[in-house]
Amino acid sequence: MDLTWYLSLSAVLFTIGVLGVLLRRNVIVVFLSIELMLNAVNLTLVAFSQAFGDVDGQILVFFVMSVAAAEAAVGLAIVIAMFRNKLTINVDELRLFRG
Amino acid sequence: MELLVRLILLPPILVAAFNGMMGLFSPAYRKQEWLLGGLALAAVAVPFAVTCMLFFGFEGAEVVRYFTWLQAGDLRVDFAYRIDELSLLMTMIVTGVGSLIHLYSIGYMHGDSGYWRFFAYLNLFIFAMLNLVLAESLPVLFLGWEGVGLCSYLLIGFWYTDLKNSAAANKAFIVNRVGDFAFLLAMFIIFKTVVDAQGGVFGLDFATILRPETLALFAGPTGFWVTVLLLIGATGKSAQIPLFVWLPDAMAGPTPVSALIHAATMVTSGLYLLARLSPLVLNSGALWIIATVGAVTAIMAATVAITQNDIKKVLAYSTVSQLGYMFLAAGVGAFFVAIFHVMTHAFFKACLFLGSGSVIHSMHHVEHELEHKGLIPSHHGGHGTPHDSEAEQNTLRHSPLPYDGPFDAQDMRTMGGLRKFMPFTAITFGISTLAIAGFPLLSGFFSKDEILFRVFEFGQSAHIGYMALWVVGLITAVLTAIYMTRAYLLTFEGSPRWPDAMDTHPHESPWTMTVPLVVLAILATVGGFLGLPAVFGENASWIHGWLVGHGDHLGPVADSLDPLWSAVSPYELEHHVSHGVEWALLGLGAAIALVGIGAAVFFFRFGKRGPEADRKARKVFGLFYTPASHVWGWDQFYNATFVKGTVEGARKVFAPFDKNVVDGGVMGLAGLVRGAAGRLRGLQTGVVQTYALAIVVGVVAVVALVLFV
Repeated sequence: MDLTWYLSLSAVLFTIGVLGVLLRRNVIVVFLSIELMLNAVNLTLVAFSQAFGDVDGQILVFFVMSVAAAEAAVGLAIVIAMFRNKLTINVDELRLFRG
Repeated sequence: MELLVRLILLPPILVAAFNGMMGLFSPAYRKQEWLLGGLALAAVAVPFAVTCMLFFGFEGAEVVRYFTWLQAGDLRVDFAYRIDELSLLMTMIVTGVGSLIHLYSIGYMHGDSGYWRFFAYLNLFIFAMLNLVLAESLPVLFLGWEGVGLCSYLLIGFWYTDLKNSAAANKAFIVNRVGDFAFLLAMFIIFKTVVDAQGGVFGLDFATILRPETLALFAGPTGFWVTVLLLIGATGKSAQIPLFVWLPDAMAGPTPVSALIHAATMVTSGLYLLARLSPLVLNSGALWIIATVGAVTAIMAATVAITQNDIKKVLAYSTVSQLGYMFLAAGVGAFFVAIFHVMTHAFFKACLFLGSGSVIHSMHHVEHELEHKGLIPSHHGGHGTPHDSEAEQNTLRHSPLPYDGPFDAQDMRTMGGLRKFMPFTAITFGISTLAIAGFPLLSGFFSKDEILFRVFEFGQSAHIGYMALWVVGLITAVLTAIYMTRAYLLTFEGSPRWPDAMDTHPHESPWTMTVPLVVLAILATVGGFLGLPAVFGENASWIHGWLVGHGDHLGPVADSLDPLWSAVSPYELEHHVSHGVEWALLGLGAAIALVGIGAAVFFFRFGKRGPEADRKARKVFGLFYTPASHVWGWDQFYNATFVKGTVEGARKVFAPFDKNVVDGGVMGLAGLVRGAAGRLRGLQTGVVQTYALAIVVGVVAVVALVLFV
């Protein structure tokens, strides 16, 4: 199978993730988009690993997944705390750091 | 030897650091007065014991080298210390008198809030002074020289909440800077001359400077200018004309400081410097300047001392005058006599200062008691009820004091009759008064007589002009006897002059204060026997043999007329003064002292007449008395010339410069930052997605750069 297909799919997924982070206001959707970006990268790693017969890329994917799990736990906790304080989860309504 | 010198030098600095740090950070430690003072005392007593050991087991000069301090080009300065006859004698004086004064301070400073600070400074001073007298090279000596100057500044301004005291401290520091600058120039010239002529690495060490081939380089005008610059340095530290003006003001510090720093040790370091470099100074052709400065200072300060009412001021001008004597001795090439007088002066003047401190201490108690009774206005204020202020006005209207102005615990006009209340202080003060006045067989008699004798001898052998200085010295001796007797009589004899004297009594000081007084008085009595005049035998003068040399052994101090030093000295003994004449001169010295003492006793009717006798003297000798009481206008002169110009210049030129250029620059920079920030803050939107966009754009830009460029 041609490596190009995998990479193209990964590029599409990554772009969707980027656009989601930049354009969506709901913080949970932003969060999902970040996961999408991470998994796009995972796909690339696995594809290259398969193509070059090197297992390193697959090992790295496990690390990425475990970090992503931890990130999800912390991130959702932050979202809950945010909602309790502000009663909203729209990122553009939270601009305390405006200069 | 290395260890022993460490034991001399390290205890004071270590304890200074310990007491300073502990006092700074631990308020509880500040209250441990006995621990604090005892440690400080031990830090001086241990070096004293070690010095005694070295002194009595002395076998020959030795240099101890520790490590290199500076290395730059041809200059290499080592931390090296010299143990020889001169440095050991000076170390004995510094640590011996220093120990006594530390003991005294434990009592004197009792209850002061800055107790820890005081002892930290005092130990630091001892360290610097030991550095000064033990140094083997000029830069290390200069380190000590600056160190004692710093400690002097810190201790003069010890009670810094009074602006007067910190002004006095500034004055001392600034005036000393002038002298130190000259000292630095002298060092530069010595360095340049020696390196140019001999090459190689040179560290301004005395071993090299005092070698005959190096001394030959300084035989001409170079040596003259080096000596003149060193003399200017010495006039700063040792309070001679023209730089003496700081010393009387330095009395603003606590009295033990005046005794230790401004009478016994620091002010003699100028003399020590000249004695250390005596082979160079002797051959410089500048001796007459040293002698003239000394003689003029001696008589000028003596006339001022007669007119002073503050007991410490009398002693201060007396110190200036006695230092003038020492310079006179150095100026006829009799450096060992100068050091001899340094020693005896350290004994009796320290005793006098400590005695005056004891008096001031008890007069403060009188002052508090009188304030408590409401007889004098309280200067502490705080409880201003209407009744109090009325009482104050009453007391002000009929001032109970024998002069206008507030009660002053240092003013002799409020004292009188203190002998009854403070017998130890009175007796020791009296003995020291007799010693400084030159009463026969006391220490001051021998040292002063030796100075006058050497001036006389030098006048006969070298230049007749010195006979004029001899006459000046004789007149000063009379004046010395008069002003010191006056001070003793006004303070201790007659009847008390403070208000309510029937019921308000001063008390003798605690034993920590009287023991040092007694020891110093004993030393002031017998110290003179270390330098008996030649009429008592060829080698009667121990100090001569010790410092100048004996047999064919050369000591560290050159002498103008001693055949031992004929290789260095351009002078020689042409007219041997016969023993008959010497006896006559001794008799003359004794007679002069007795006449001076007698005149003062008669004039003050052994204390029955107090300040009214001074008023009478002002009337009779007005022509001299009035200018003398204004210190011959020296302060006005300096104010009109240097101080006024500097202050005006600072106000007219530097203040605007500071305000416009320096402040303007700083404020301009701050404004620039503020303005830029005001514009840039718009970038900070607070919306997290804007930042994310910025990151994405940045990543794309970097990737594009990597891939396509």
